[in-house]
Order: sequence, then C-alpha cells, then structure tokens
Amino acid sequence: MDASTWKPSRAEPSWLARLFDYKPFLIFICLLPAIGLLLAFLTYPLGLGIYLAFTDTEIGGNGEWVGLENFISLLDDRIFITSVWNTLFYTFTATVLKFALGLWLALLLNHHIPFKSFLRAIILLPYITPTVLSAIAFWWIYDPQFSIISYVLVDRLHILDHYIDFLGTPWAARWSLIVANVWRGIPFVAITLLAGLQTISPSLYEAALLDGASPWQSFRHITSPLLMPILAIVMTFSVLFTFTDFQLVYAITRGGPINSTHLMATLAFQRGIPGAQLGEGAAIAVAMIPFLVFATLFSYYALGRRKWQQGSDND
Amino acid sequence: MSNTTVEQPAVTEADGPQVMSWDSGMRRIITIYIPLSIFVIVLLFPFYWMAITAFKPNGELMNYRDNNPFWINHPTFANINKLLFETDYGHWLVTTMSIAFGSTFLSLLASVLAAYAIQRLRFKGSDYVGLAIYAAYLVPPSILFIPLAQVVYQLGLFDTPYALILTYPTFLVPFCTWLLIGYFKSIPYELEECALIDGASRLQILRRITLPLAVPGLISAGIFAFTLSWNEFIYALAFISSTEKKTVPVAVLTELVQGDVYHWGSLMTGALLGSLPVAIFYMFFVEYYVSSLTGAVKE
Repeated sequence: MDASTWKPSRAEPSWLARLFDYKPFLIFICLLPAIGLLLAFLTYPLGLGIYLAFTDTEIGGNGEWVGLENFISLLDDRIFITSVWNTLFYTFTATVLKFALGLWLALLLNHHIPFKSFLRAIILLPYITPTVLSAIAFWWIYDPQFSIISYVLVDRLHILDHYIDFLGTPWAARWSLIVANVWRGIPFVAITLLAGLQTISPSLYEAALLDGASPWQSFRHITSPLLMPILAIVMTFSVLFTFTDFQLVYAITRGGPINSTHLMATLAFQRGIPGAQLGEGAAIAVAMIPFLVFATLFSYYALGRRKWQQGSDND
Repeated sequence: MSNTTVEQPAVTEADGPQVMSWDSGMRRIITIYIPLSIFVIVLLFPFYWMAITAFKPNGELMNYRDNNPFWINHPTFANINKLLFETDYGHWLVTTMSIAFGSTFLSLLASVLAAYAIQRLRFKGSDYVGLAIYAAYLVPPSILFIPLAQVVYQLGLFDTPYALILTYPTFLVPFCTWLLIGYFKSIPYELEECALIDGASRLQILRRITLPLAVPGLISAGIFAFTLSWNEFIYALAFISSTEKKTVPVAVLTELVQGDVYHWGSLMTGALLGSLPVAIFYMFFVEYYVSSLTGAVKE
C-alpha cells in the first residue's frame, strides 16, 4: 500500500461529537449555565424590583400600579430620610478610615519584617470569617454592662468614671457600627493595596533616594501615583459594599435605638420582609441605585483620571 | 525600607555606624513594629474574646471584680454541650455545609464553561459578554433580595435549600468567571493548537488540557465561592423561615438570641464554631485566598 491509496483509519465521529465540535453550538452551550443563572436570578429580579417599587405589592399578593406614590411617601418619612443620611455618613466615614488605616497597614507590611506571610495570613482573618458572627462578637464587646472596653477604660486605666453605653444613644451607636465596619474592612484594603505596592519596582525608590528624595516625597511621587489604579478599583468595591451593608447593622443594632441607625438596606428589609410591604421595601432598595451608580462612577473615574493625568505629565 | 536608609546624610562620618544602627533600630521599632503589633492585636482581639467567652462559666462571665476577664479560671464545655445537644446547631452546620458545597459546585461548573467560551473559544463580542458578567458582580444583594424573594416564592422554592443554592451563584459566578478568565489567559494557547492538530475535540481539550492546567485557579475560585456562600446572610435570612433549615450565620442570630437576656456564652460558642470551618479551610489555602483576592483586583 502506498501513500496514494492510504485512507485515514479513524472512524468518523458520531453526530453528537460533531455537534459539540461545532463552534457556535459549543459557545452557546458553554455560556448557557452562567448566563441563564444570571438572567433568571439577577437581571430579571433587578427589573422586577424596579417594577415592584411602583406598586403596592404585599407578600403573597399581587399589587396595583401606584406610580410614584411609594417614593412620595418616603420623602415625608423621617425614618427613611435618617436612613439615607446614615448610609451616606456611614459609607463616607468608614471608607476614609478603612483606606487611611488599610494603607498604613499595607505600608507597614511592605517592609522587610520577620514572619511576613504569617502576619499577612492572620490579618486576613476578620475578612474571612462570617460577618454576622464577628458582628455578634462586637455586640458582646459593646454590651452596656459587661463591655470589655469600658472595663479597661474604667476599672483598669481609670480614664472614665462610668461605663460607656455604646449602643444606647444614636451617635454612640453610629460610631460603634463604623468601628466594627472598619475593623472588618481593613484587611481587604491592606492586603489588596499590599499587592499593589509589591508591583512597584524598587529601582524607582533607589533612584529617588539617589536624587535625595525624602520618604514623604517618594511616597507622594512614586507610591501614590503608581498605586492609584489599584486603589481606584479597591475603593469602588469598598464603597459599593459599605453603602449596601446590611449584616453589621442588622446584627448589632437592628436599626435601633428608635430607628436612628438604620441604613437603607436594613430599612428596606424591615419594611419589605417582616413588614410584608414588598412595594415599599423595593422602593427603598431602588432609591439606593442612583447613589450606587454615582458612588461607583465617582470613585472609579475620579481616581482613575488622576492616573491618566499623571501619565500625561510624564511625557 | 526607604526611611531607614534616608538617615545616612544626617549622621556625621566619625560616629556614623554605631549611632546609625542604634537610631535605625529604634526607629524601626517605633515606626514599624509598634504600630504593626497594635494592628494585629486590634484585628485579632474579637476572636480571642469570642473564644474566651465560649469557654467561660456564666459566673465568671458576669463578674469582673473577682475574675480577670482576660483569662478563664475554670474553663467549661457547658456552652458547647448545650449548643450541640440542646439546639439544632449540628443540623444548621450540615445545612450550611451542603448549601455551600451545592452552590460552589454549580457556580464553578457555570464559570468554567463561561470562562472557557469567553477566553478560549473567542467569538464576536466575547469581551462584552465577559464585561457583562463582571458587571453583575456590582449589583449588590441588598437591592436584589426583595424581588428575589418574590421570584423564589413564585418558583415554589421558598423555605427550601434550593432557594439559596440557586441564588448564591448570582454573586459567585461573576467572581469565579473573572478569576478563571485570568487563569485561562496564562495557559499558552499553543498547547490547545497542538491538541487541535492532533484531532482532539474542543471538549476533550477543555477536559484533558485546559482544566488540569487551571487547577490552581479552580481551587482559588472554589474556596472563595465556598467562603462567600458560607458567610452569606441576607438571602438566607429572607428566604428561609423554618428553624431547622436555617444556615449557621442566620440561626445564631435569630435562634440563639431569645428575649432580653442574652446568653453570651452560647452565642459566642455559636459564633466561634460557625467561624471555625472557614477559618480551618482558610489556613490550608492561605496562598490561594491571597492570590484570588489580589488577582481579582489586579485584573
């Protein structure tokens, strides 16, 4: 048998195998589970939520279209206005503190120190453990009678003469929640920014050193511009998740005392699920969307543009 | 790094070395080690407090005058016993575990296929599909849970574990897909071309070549998905109502808190035991966690 009469001995693949090798079909099949799940449980509910916000739906019943009524009544609702204000204050303060402390921790970890990877591992623990469960620990730490913080300040250090009522008054409760949120958020910020710091080439710092730059100058002109792109992304996520935070407030104060610490998410839950007013809850949730879009665009573009300006300066 | 060496010009040459080493050593302690230890202590204290409360008898818990609150004089297992044998805690652990495994498996399956289609099959607009999936990650559960409750109710899944197994992928799939796209990118395409020339079908390539090479990425995505579903709270709170079907984070908060008297001992035990599985998981896979956390941000 010579080459001209040789035929491939491989059997023709079955129609099923050929179908799975047909690229458009394969692409369709591969994308189907992910896109299907997201369409059914994300896109559709998102649209349904916006629709529900304009109805007076209650749990288990079909509502009537009521137009803007939910939103109009929310504007007169003092608890809702407080919750919007709380959410903005909570997001802003917690984000500033998280990034200031997280960046500091990242810069500390960027030094040559012993047990660095071990330290990095234990620092991430608050981020890994279930938020509600660490929130319960904070609840116990904030206990009015047996708070360990009060004990140390009053009985050990004698700085104060009475125990702090962490969750009893609106402002104390707000700050207590912010501290718990910052505690949980620092590891994420620190570890991601540390990863960003490690991508900056040491030769840049050496060059700056030779040129006589002070540590502040090398931070200002090398670290911060090169860290900005990653900082913008981390901050976008952080703002997004802080703004929509639910667990901490629900676990520690449930919106109390007298509804003064509600965030928009917890208020939406309270009205929508236990209160059974799905329409009103959905309206509160929908009211978060413009804020979210604005916060996301702001943290992404405001910080992203500085990077672009930096690039053009160097030319 | 830089601030220790910057000292150099300030020190005169004659007594340079000794002064400098003392000075920079001291400086390192004050500027690095002290702040770092404060950070570590503050970040770990709630866990210490959780653990110590879990093993304290009630008498010590409520009496700081005669007992040092930072230590246990008479450790007790009463809280753990009570939790495991007088409540549904074991049940909740099993439920949470199976929901976490179920949703992780589903999300990984969907994400691997989607990432493979987007990164390797390449089609017109595949970048946009990737972006759309990623954008889904920016839709937070807090604005979805009310309409989702309606959807779950209409599907007849309310108060069943399937409600959670099917809804958790909404935040798991975007994350895992994005992570896996990054991993697939790092695998040389030439390997697949060779296999194509040798007559392998696309699915064979995925199964025999791409997947084995992407195992680290699969592990990262898997453990992250598992952790996220273990920690999920708002959907589990909204979609599950019967006591025995609750997940650990929800059950600890809603079932162990009864009335105005808080049983801090058993609450802290519940919190500790509920955090333990993810903490143990985490210890084994620290590097994967860090790489997936930072990888997702760097993309």
